[in-house]
Amino acid sequence: MSEWIYVALFIAVGLIIPIGAIAAGFILGPKKPNPIKEATYECGVEPVGEAWIQFKPQYYIFALVFLVFDVEAVFLFPWAVKLGQLGLYAVVEGIIFVSILIIGLVYTWRKGMLEWL
Amino acid sequence: MTGAQIIFIVVALYTLGSALMVVTTRNLIHAALWLVSTLFGVAVTYALMNANFIAVVQVVVYIGAIAILFIFAVMLTRKDMRDSGPQMNKNWWLGALVAVLVFAGLAFMLSGWSGFSKVAADLPSGFDSVSLLGEALVSPQAYVLPFEVASVLLLAALVGAVYVAFNRK
Repeated sequence: MSEWIYVALFIAVGLIIPIGAIAAGFILGPKKPNPIKEATYECGVEPVGEAWIQFKPQYYIFALVFLVFDVEAVFLFPWAVKLGQLGLYAVVEGIIFVSILIIGLVYTWRKGMLEWL
Repeated sequence: MTGAQIIFIVVALYTLGSALMVVTTRNLIHAALWLVSTLFGVAVTYALMNANFIAVVQVVVYIGAIAILFIFAVMLTRKDMRDSGPQMNKNWWLGALVAVLVFAGLAFMLSGWSGFSKVAADLPSGFDSVSLLGEALVSPQAYVLPFEVASVLLLAALVGAVYVAFNRK
């Protein structure tokens, strides 16, 4: 339980810093608005079109592949924590686990789904 | 009330409030972001129950992957995520009634169980669920076969999902 206090502290600091930065700018900064200043900031380039656009469906494939490897990481996490105390057989089991999933990565790669179209 | 109970009530109210925002907000992207907030509240609840590993998994898988998949699905399929129709239909009271009845029924059923009012025993000191789980996952006496089968299952999910999602020309 007590180790979570550090996590809570980290979250609190992580919230305070951006809120503080924005609030300081809001309080201290001079406010002389004009239409150019009010425009949405887009890396210095003039914004084109609407902000609500449809994204390329290809992102979805990356998300799906990421999801599978995310779950793999969850399985490997307790294994990795205990790896130092376990013998060689645990290492071999972990390698088998990963290599089965590598087949999936090779499949998506060979199918050309990781290429950006 | 102890400190842990106060934290639990605050977290529970926060989670409930976020969950309410998921179903009432008009913008689908905002609903997905409120869902992230709700899932985070659930993760904190797990942490309060000393289920450290489950709390981390909740953040990594549900917030890190599932919620992102939701947001992607919304961003990729709809140009305009703002909904103009009403958020409730005329059956809202029926849904509320069913929810209250299910809650009352479950509470009634569980109140008959002997463990309902018992306080959970303290965990032994030095109890580390993650390393116990890590040991069990690769031990031949425990879950080594399910561990490797999980890998095959993930492979099947990956190949199947990519096959279905890929737009063949």
